[in-house]
Amino acid sequence: MNAHAARTRLLVAALAGEPYVRDDRGYELLVRSAREADLLGRLAWRYASTGRIDEVPDAARAHLVGATNRGRAQHAAVRRETQAIADALRSVHTPVVLLKGAAYLLAGLPPAHGRLFSDIDILVAKERLGDVEAALMLAGFATTHLHPYDQRYYRRWMHELPPMLHLKRQTLLDVHHTIVPETSGVALDARELFRAAVPIAGTPFLVLSPLDMVLHSATHLMHNEEFGHGLRDLVDVDALLRHFGADPRFWPRLAARAGDLDLGRPLYYALRTASRVLGTPVPEETQRAIGRYAPPLPVRALMDRVLERALAPASASAATRWARRALYLRGHWLKMPVPLLAWHLAFKALRRDVEPA
Amino acid sequence: MIVADLSPSELRHRLRHEGLRLCLGPVAAEIRSPFPVVEAGIALHYARHRIVADDAFADFHVSVEPPFGIRRYVGPQALFRFDGSTTFHPLPAAQAFPLLEWGLNWCVSAQCDHFLVLHAAVLERAGQALLLPAPPGSGKSTLCAALVARGWRLLSDELAILDLDAPRVHPMPRPISLKNASIDVIRTFWPNAAIGALVPETLKGTVAHVRPPAESVARAGDAASVCFVVLPEFVHGASTAMQPVGRGEAFMRLVDSSFNYAVHGRAGFDALGALVAHARCRTFRYGGALDEATRAFDALATS
Repeated sequence: MNAHAARTRLLVAALAGEPYVRDDRGYELLVRSAREADLLGRLAWRYASTGRIDEVPDAARAHLVGATNRGRAQHAAVRRETQAIADALRSVHTPVVLLKGAAYLLAGLPPAHGRLFSDIDILVAKERLGDVEAALMLAGFATTHLHPYDQRYYRRWMHELPPMLHLKRQTLLDVHHTIVPETSGVALDARELFRAAVPIAGTPFLVLSPLDMVLHSATHLMHNEEFGHGLRDLVDVDALLRHFGADPRFWPRLAARAGDLDLGRPLYYALRTASRVLGTPVPEETQRAIGRYAPPLPVRALMDRVLERALAPASASAATRWARRALYLRGHWLKMPVPLLAWHLAFKALRRDVEPA
Repeated sequence: MIVADLSPSELRHRLRHEGLRLCLGPVAAEIRSPFPVVEAGIALHYARHRIVADDAFADFHVSVEPPFGIRRYVGPQALFRFDGSTTFHPLPAAQAFPLLEWGLNWCVSAQCDHFLVLHAAVLERAGQALLLPAPPGSGKSTLCAALVARGWRLLSDELAILDLDAPRVHPMPRPISLKNASIDVIRTFWPNAAIGALVPETLKGTVAHVRPPAESVARAGDAASVCFVVLPEFVHGASTAMQPVGRGEAFMRLVDSSFNYAVHGRAGFDALGALVAHARCRTFRYGGALDEATRAFDALATS
């Protein structure tokens, strides 16, 4: 087996609660792989929930304990922060949808277990973006990426504002108005997402409907240029599918919803990769239904190979780093039309920023 | 086996290929670097450090290496990598050894949330550990080197690695980092100190490292109970003065100097509370008279 495939397999087995490491060096590789993939918290949760944490030798267990401590603190911080966001946006009177980690946590969904956070993502209607940004600024959030080019890049072409940073608490907030870049050519009407969104009991927030949440998570995985969190994102997709898939109405509607939102291709790749890498059960009818979104065979074979390499921990092999560079280019390719992409990359390459003090 | 047991060519081979797996106290690091300055720094400062057994666990995998592309050849740079990814901006290649030191500090301060980690110098005498938590510029490292010169055991000049269930600190005896004027001050005060190469023009000015004493390194596994918390303040020309300080103030200063207090929530609060309840807390002002300063600490330890 290739080095990258072996590393992924080691981590995936342990994340599934069936670790096959026995000696200290095996645990060393496992801890390192999980940390690189931002899955150390998830691994710790799995060991704890399967009652196997005591099998782990002290030195490795220390890191699982550390990740558990950090995860607990981050979960508390996300709950506090979302409360502060709710307070800040109360006067704006507009639906606020939590996305990704914060959504999983507040809605009590399985990907939240052991998940580590770097930011909070919310989705609001595009026409209320100005009011939302102003209200958040009053509450202490400030925009980042102050270079005029970056500001224009986000505001004109992307699906989100430049990331906002709370000046006192240093929390990062991404304010989205849709789930794919405006320049990507995907014909997705964000109003559809709001129409299907469901409230989280006991909070003023909404989350995407189960179908849309899976599609967003698949799109996030497949449209992202940075693949460092690729396996973590795939673990999210897997956990959501296993959870929502228990409802008999879920699977038959998934492919059609992907078609309606023009997200068939990312769903195809995400399901294929999740079932190949994590053994996610996908019913045969769904596999047949999404077959029409498949790329031509040579592209499919190439993508299988690239994705398999890119999902391995970064230090696994040079192949992993090359595969991630290829996906970085693909991510940009999907994000914007070629002339714009050329302009963007040329600008990024040539500009000289003053180093922050 | 310790680093000094390796021949120069074995050390070079490990640093360039399979990695040098060093025991640093409560953690072990696998280090790689092709830079001769890193090799020389390790040969000098880590000579007495234990190499972990081949089948034992290493916590961190770090390297200091040239970046890809043109900066390999033009204005050569050094890049710190942790788990295959970069965390800091590259620095000039001449700063490769200080970069390794800063990188290792970062590994502990950012990746060891099973401990409560503070920015503090830690020393010990007669089984009683002393914490010197302090912001940069308070003369913490100078004071630390001076106390080591007078026979205190070095646990760390930079990181207090504390347990959460008892006021106990784990040693991580590594080179003491001196900067600018304090390098000559320590050369004069401690003529036998093994001081490594001067590295000019870093972000912190000129830096040089002092090799940790062999006895401190040999006792890297011996945790100690925290008995003193002293908050140092360097005021140029001021006379030496050690004064009792309230537990509340000491507590707040410890919180300010912590890297991961917030991670531990209630457990962190309780741990620092127990620590200031157990330890004698003092403020300490000094103006550069190191002899007098070290006597004040000796008096505290024997009082």
